[in-house]
Amino acid sequence: MMHTKTVAEMANDLAAKKYSSVELTTHFLNRIEHYGENLNSFITVTKEQALAAAKHADVQRQAGKAGPLTGIPMAQKDIFCTKGVKTSCGSKMLDNFISPYDATLIERCNQAGLVMLGKANMDEFAMGSSNENSYYGPVKNPWDLTRVPGGSSGGSAAAVAARLAPIATGTDTGGSIRQPAALCNLTGIKPTYGRVSRYGMIAFASSLDQGGIFGVNAEDAALLLNVIAGFDEKDSTSADMPVPDYRKTLNDSLTGLRIGVPKEYFAEGLNSQVADCIHEAIKTYEKLGAVIKEISLPHTNMSIPAYYVIAPAECSSNLSRYDGVRYGYRCEKPKDLIDLYKRTRSEGFGKEVKRRIMIGTYALSAGYYDAYYLKAQQIRQLIRQDFVEAFKEVDVILGPTTPDTAFKIGEKADDPVSMYLSDIYTISVNLAGLPGISAPAGFVNNLPVGMQLIGHDFSEAKLLNVVHQYQQHTDWHKRMPEGF
Amino acid sequence: MSRISEETVNKIAHLARLSINEQELPEYVTNLSNILTLVEEMSQFDTKQIQAMAHPLAMSQRLREDKVTEPNQREEMQKLTKFTEAGLYLVPQVIE
Repeated sequence: MMHTKTVAEMANDLAAKKYSSVELTTHFLNRIEHYGENLNSFITVTKEQALAAAKHADVQRQAGKAGPLTGIPMAQKDIFCTKGVKTSCGSKMLDNFISPYDATLIERCNQAGLVMLGKANMDEFAMGSSNENSYYGPVKNPWDLTRVPGGSSGGSAAAVAARLAPIATGTDTGGSIRQPAALCNLTGIKPTYGRVSRYGMIAFASSLDQGGIFGVNAEDAALLLNVIAGFDEKDSTSADMPVPDYRKTLNDSLTGLRIGVPKEYFAEGLNSQVADCIHEAIKTYEKLGAVIKEISLPHTNMSIPAYYVIAPAECSSNLSRYDGVRYGYRCEKPKDLIDLYKRTRSEGFGKEVKRRIMIGTYALSAGYYDAYYLKAQQIRQLIRQDFVEAFKEVDVILGPTTPDTAFKIGEKADDPVSMYLSDIYTISVNLAGLPGISAPAGFVNNLPVGMQLIGHDFSEAKLLNVVHQYQQHTDWHKRMPEGF
Repeated sequence: MSRISEETVNKIAHLARLSINEQELPEYVTNLSNILTLVEEMSQFDTKQIQAMAHPLAMSQRLREDKVTEPNQREEMQKLTKFTEAGLYLVPQVIE
């Protein structure tokens, strides 16, 4: 049962030559073949490349050149450009796009000897909270196949939850790693803005987008963050800051750790059984020596309105590049240039993407800039200030990741605003540029509940430490969905 | 009461180089109006004295030396579309 092990355990087994990377990779490829289609978690499975990479990893190990993660299989969200492999971003617009280059994150994973199993399904251009906006169809939640896995990185989350991959990447613009991690019982980290290179990560909202990880626990996430974090000259907003060894501090004691609990995160709208799980987690932290403090983040309610100006505004600008001329979808027989643009974009983009492009275009159009975009960037400052004030008194902030457990496929599909509201606790973290992590904290009606921890800039090591210590005293994260 | 009219939706669509067909128009009017209602909750906060955020971590834009770092990969890039000729991209005729 190789797939029930953690990445850390697999790495030890590979080092001890209990099995080879080819054997491990074959095992996961077989699982994808068996379960993948039903879950719809992959857009592309790169079987041949994976086996070749695994073989190479085994040769490297034989030659004594193996790193900590050499030979470990993984899934990559289909938003990261992969040379010679289809990179669709979940969109018809890029269904025929074979990337001519690798994203920096992909390059780093390759250099570390990680083996890519395939490209994970996602909401089109990372816009969505349910994975129902994918051109390739919705992904199912392994915990209940009638429910959503969350989004936008729903394929990555479902793949790791069903152990079709031991670990995966995602991206998080408003909660797209933390929300699916919560709904699928995984540990998902969104690092500080600028921590992981955005080069080759298809842009949605450039001031919010950040790459990160889905793992079964904090230790695995730490191992992969060691690979993907760090400065990149090719990304002009990449942070030129030292990268610590994230595994080294996992066992630090939590005695005296100050945990802030924002009262706004327990207000109306939160499922009371989800709240109970989070209160239990708080008690566990108290037992571990942490000091709990109630805090206030007064502008929390403004995060969704501000986000739905800033993200669409940036997306309307970023997605203007899809014009049918140089790559991607192109409409049949355009009668003139305007027709080429309009039909290519109308036929190539799905409804949610078109809605956001239109909201962004409206917000940035003449006469509306001050009322929308400027106002939203001012609100954003207030939201960040809330956090800066809070971090004068506490080390980390703890609350629920989502107001409820996974909802039914189709339940919110026709009502974008109700879908947007499911990201209430995660969005402000992106607006403030802070790191956040979601970790398993219990179950309600056999559906996973996630807790979110938020830290100050570049405190990923602390967040991983705080989750790792919790995971030494709880076993929610060890539970696996039945039938896989 | 919708916040935006069908006419406005069509105007924004044109600016964004999208076309919305007649059947879908009412749905866009409803959804975009609902989103704008949500967004306008911002107006309840007075932000006159607040400086707009330019970068979440208050970092400044890094500069680099003005020299060529990317090799020419025109042929590689043009493999991504069928519509090229003599190293150029083909679009419908623009000038009569």
